[in-house]
Amino acid sequence: MKKPSFTTLMLIAGLLFLYLPMAILVFYSFNSSRLVTVWAGFSGRWYIELFRDRQILAAVWTSLRIAFFSATMAVCLGTMAAFVMTRFTRFRGKTALSSMVTAPLVMPEVITGLSLLLLFVHMAQMIGWPADRGMVTIWIAHTTFCSAYVAVVVASRLREVDLSIEEAALDLGSPPVKTFFQITLPVIAPALAAGWLLAFTLSLDDLVIASFVSGPGASTLPMVVFSSVRMGVSPKINALATLIILAVSLATFLAWYFMRRSENKRRIAMAQQDAG
Amino acid sequence: MKPSPLARLPRLLRPGRGWVIAAPLLWLTLFFLLPFGIVLKISLSEAAISVPPYSAILDYSAETLNVALNFGNYLFLTTDTLYIAAYWGSVKIAFLSTLLCLLIGYPMAYAMARAPARWQLVLLLLVMLPSWTSFLIRVYAWMGILSNNGLINNGLMWLGLIDSPIRMMNTNFAVILGIVYAYLPFMILPLYANLSRLDGSLLEAASDLGSRKINTFLKVTLPLSKGGIIAGSMLVFIPAVGEYVIPELLGGPNTLMIGKVLWEEFFHNRDWPVASALAMVMLAILIIPIALFHRYQSRELKE
Repeated sequence: MKKPSFTTLMLIAGLLFLYLPMAILVFYSFNSSRLVTVWAGFSGRWYIELFRDRQILAAVWTSLRIAFFSATMAVCLGTMAAFVMTRFTRFRGKTALSSMVTAPLVMPEVITGLSLLLLFVHMAQMIGWPADRGMVTIWIAHTTFCSAYVAVVVASRLREVDLSIEEAALDLGSPPVKTFFQITLPVIAPALAAGWLLAFTLSLDDLVIASFVSGPGASTLPMVVFSSVRMGVSPKINALATLIILAVSLATFLAWYFMRRSENKRRIAMAQQDAG
Repeated sequence: MKPSPLARLPRLLRPGRGWVIAAPLLWLTLFFLLPFGIVLKISLSEAAISVPPYSAILDYSAETLNVALNFGNYLFLTTDTLYIAAYWGSVKIAFLSTLLCLLIGYPMAYAMARAPARWQLVLLLLVMLPSWTSFLIRVYAWMGILSNNGLINNGLMWLGLIDSPIRMMNTNFAVILGIVYAYLPFMILPLYANLSRLDGSLLEAASDLGSRKINTFLKVTLPLSKGGIIAGSMLVFIPAVGEYVIPELLGGPNTLMIGKVLWEEFFHNRDWPVASALAMVMLAILIIPIALFHRYQSRELKE
């Protein structure tokens, strides 16, 4: 057998580095001891305690709702921004728009969080809205940074798409809006789905920005986890981590499976075309 | 000559064109650009015991408009060595972490780009999957591994290699490890995107002409992947400078990072003007890296 190269070894070592800590988390979630690092026998008690924790369950529900609405709004705004960046010819404000689209990708979270909170405080003073900070303000904050990610994902897909079909539809007299919904949208649908999922996980994951713009009423899941983790290691959090890892792995596997299936279908169709 | 397809495309969505431009532009101006103006404004005001806790800059009294700009917050940042040390500490830790990410991530991305085509998607998903789980939980994982009665210390003591635990938690080492672990996927993604587009025939040509492997790498591969290196490094460096969660959970009293200091000024001391001034200075430090990233990103979007 050929000796594996240095880069292959690094890839294997790097993947181990990425996955070992997560594997350890999962392993110790089944530990019956309260001490997270001493193995005292197999037990599922932390999962039962997790599902009895009303605070965590309420936070999960809050986070899921915020993530759903943020991702949906971010897909609308991000797709528009991507369209403007890739399909529209020069107009005033294009550079401004494209800078504002890419800047949130790297902006430190403490700056984004602080600036949005100060905006909300100002707006409350000047126009009386938002009177209370909570789910709506978190939704606005998440939509803002998530739409940047969606825009990048969708823009990279829009650039690959064959323009000639859109062209043909327009030349045959199809109205532009109809052309978008009947021709462009189905082609970029996988990118929209990917963008939505990415935005959804980003929103679910955010701690810093939500802590700034949230009010006393709304605690998201990361906020509850953070205050518990600050006190030290807790096996209940390990159980929660295991469930999150399981859900993400499952979703990723399904995405991979469907991507592979559509790829195979395309290959077979192309082979038939060549034969026929 | 046939008109180029791109010139005719603006017809698409023409009736709605104005709205398609206006909606994201308005949203981002209101919720991304405008807030920075407000941070600047508040950084120039004075802290006050009121709701909200700062004084007004513009004051209209006795039919005259008084503008009270107060640069005291910025001067205050230079007089207290804590802040300067925190900025320096952040840049240092972020730089070291970025360098480590690059050294680990580059060979990984290279191996992925050279892997058989049917493996590439799987490898990419494997690298990205951790970043889709939970940032907080991935940092938390290291608390159980590094602490004094954690996995590493217990293991080493069981083997009899050490008698007393090595202190790893609450050190700068733990912070750098945490940043490298959390941000590694974001370094690999742009590097892989760049290296997988690399034209293999260039490498063949170099080796046909008798270039040694290391030479080909330094003269061909590395310069061609410059864009990916810059993008990946900025994706790690910029957020790492302002990182709050990792120094809070893994760092100790000696870990001075500006994101944590800003958080404490804001939430514990309730000094909004100083927190705003800290944010403005951080932005000033990061403006060149952000511009670099933007240039790369807009080039990517044009291609």
